Amino acid sequence: MQVQSKNFRKTAKKALLDADLRVAMGRAEGGFVDTRKLVVEELDNFQEYREFARDTKNHVLAHLDYYLTKFESNVQASGGQVHWASNGEEVNRIVVDICKRPEIKKITKGKSMVSEEFALNAGLEAADFQVIETDLGEYIIQLANETPSHIIAPAVHKTKQAVTDLFDEYHREAGYPRVVERLDIVNQARQVLRDHFCTADVGITGGNFLIADTGSIALITNEGNGDLTANLPKIHIVVTSIEKVIPDMQALGGFLRLLGRSATGQIMSVYTTLFNGPKRIDDLDGPEEFHVVLVDNGRSEILGTQFQDILRCIKCGACMNHCPVYTNIGGHAYGWVYPGPMGSVLTPLMVGQKNAPDLPYACTLNGRCKTVCPVMIPLPDLLRKHRNNLVEMGESKRFQRWGMWVWAQVARNPRLYFLMTSLYVRKLNVLARLLLVFRRGSFKHIPMLGAWTSTRDFPVPSTATFQGQWKKRKRSE
Amino acid sequence: MNGESKPKKNEQIALLVTCLSDLFRPQIAHATVELIEKLGYRVDVPAQTCCGQPAYNAGEEDKTRMLAENMIRIFEPYRYVVGSSGSCVATIKEHYPRLFREGTSEYEQCMKFAQKTYELSTFLVDFIQVNLEKKPLFDKQPVRITYHDSCSGLRELGIRSQPRKLLRDRLGIDISEISNSEVCCGFGGLFCVKYPEISTRMVDNKIEGIEHVEADVLLGGDLGCLMNIAGRLRRVGSKTRVYHYAELLTETVPGPAIGYQE
Repeated sequence: MQVQSKNFRKTAKKALLDADLRVAMGRAEGGFVDTRKLVVEELDNFQEYREFARDTKNHVLAHLDYYLTKFESNVQASGGQVHWASNGEEVNRIVVDICKRPEIKKITKGKSMVSEEFALNAGLEAADFQVIETDLGEYIIQLANETPSHIIAPAVHKTKQAVTDLFDEYHREAGYPRVVERLDIVNQARQVLRDHFCTADVGITGGNFLIADTGSIALITNEGNGDLTANLPKIHIVVTSIEKVIPDMQALGGFLRLLGRSATGQIMSVYTTLFNGPKRIDDLDGPEEFHVVLVDNGRSEILGTQFQDILRCIKCGACMNHCPVYTNIGGHAYGWVYPGPMGSVLTPLMVGQKNAPDLPYACTLNGRCKTVCPVMIPLPDLLRKHRNNLVEMGESKRFQRWGMWVWAQVARNPRLYFLMTSLYVRKLNVLARLLLVFRRGSFKHIPMLGAWTSTRDFPVPSTATFQGQWKKRKRSE
Repeated sequence: MNGESKPKKNEQIALLVTCLSDLFRPQIAHATVELIEKLGYRVDVPAQTCCGQPAYNAGEEDKTRMLAENMIRIFEPYRYVVGSSGSCVATIKEHYPRLFREGTSEYEQCMKFAQKTYELSTFLVDFIQVNLEKKPLFDKQPVRITYHDSCSGLRELGIRSQPRKLLRDRLGIDISEISNSEVCCGFGGLFCVKYPEISTRMVDNKIEGIEHVEADVLLGGDLGCLMNIAGRLRRVGSKTRVYHYAELLTETVPGPAIGYQE
């Protein structure tokens, strides 16, 4: 996917003016946040599970080579093939190579954010395959020719009306009526997709957890499209990333308790499927070939750095659901695959800090994301580390650096600080009188502070600072 | 050990003024002094500057460390430090220790400072366990009061029930809670001037909540957030007045609200 993160400011501003987006996001925010709260409180040891998940992921990340090779040999033992891809180009080449057979034309695809990193769909289409996204949200944005704006609810930014219009446009020719009600919309998508499921030659899915002990891939979905994508075609390809490996089934149990609750506020998602190699002799159905593409794409470079904690992420979306910036500007403003807090940490690491200069700053450090993260990633701290790096690299805004320097020189010296602050409040007082707002008590405009005063009043300070008033009190005592 | 056992009567307590209060709302610092003095302690205000929070959040670690060393030195002689801003106190308690290497004497000094520093409401409720005397509030009753839980105080220091208890004891009122009391108001330090459009939308969401409960007064424990909310309220012509919670706990009827002169 092309990196658009440099346009953050512009796209965020535009998003704020999008009335439809506001309606769509408002509904989603309430739903996700409230339902999560309910099911989390229901579990009296949720915190213990969070700690378990954090520790398990940390352990695996410290021994990633061991668990990945163990996973590989167990996939092979059950008849599957494992492909290693160090970058997106390699993934696209591997998948195209697997599919390059005369009989293969149509590919169905379950939801996979990893595949968005390197635009797998575009790569497959360039090789003349027809690719159909089968997750309802992904299907909607595929029709709209957009990218996901949320990692678990890719079309969260779309209103029902927009979907009605979209379906009308694309389904009319095949004789489908215009549908307005939620249930009718879903049913129509189901009918359209059913034909694709039955005629697909290859199915591509992602994977939520890779279980080293058994070589299984756990796929957690709500729509059942993942299973139809994986089991009906002759070939099943799993495109997934290396940090998703966990030791064993017992660990999976822990993660499952966290994932559904954190993501959608469900105790468990509707479908939890374990894929273990291709169809065996006694099996009635299943794919004849089973491929797993293990994607690195920059992850191993994060390993061992001060940002390693972000590799614990299980992509639940709770951080963005609780982020007051994300819920107001939506996911597209972030300009790449992963939006919201986890995206603002991950994107600069994966596409280069210079290509996403705004993301570490587009956060108030309010910390709500950190409190809901199921694997306890200290997101605000990692964003602050990005800021540190930008400062150290000399990439922060010169004006800001210069201002900070002047202010720090003043603030290191209490006497100078006292003089400067006393002078400052007096100047503001004079300004207030000149602008005739002294009795009003608030400025409507202050030169150089337009970013504040264009939408907010600014208080007129007292004639002396507190420390000045205190000195006076002490003298009179 | 510093700041661990309750201070004795007449013991000296240092006030952490915090820069925003120093510059724009001395009333908060005065109120804090009054509350501490009324408990029988003496308050001292050593000449001080800023804790370095803006530099820290801008990623300027070296400058923050310099200012932290400054503050540690200034407050070194005191056994207790009390401040009326959750984010400044959280900077000292939660973030200062990350600036120094464990095992160094600087780190030890820093930990001592972190330990003896309290946010006002946690000092009064959790540490001193005070029960404030009841007093009438404004001249005109009744007044509907709501509360904004500033993020740093809430999530880094666990401040939520403490100011509410103080207000209940002192004024006999319960807060008319807004549904988004724990959602960021969009201040975020430099964030509010770096991304003013997003920040304004966030404060507008906050105001929607305030209007929903028809609050006459909004209280909070962090002046940055309060200036942001008050400034926006005033701009959109709202009647809701904004104060720091400490200002409502004093003997006198509170004066003009933040951003008002009369």
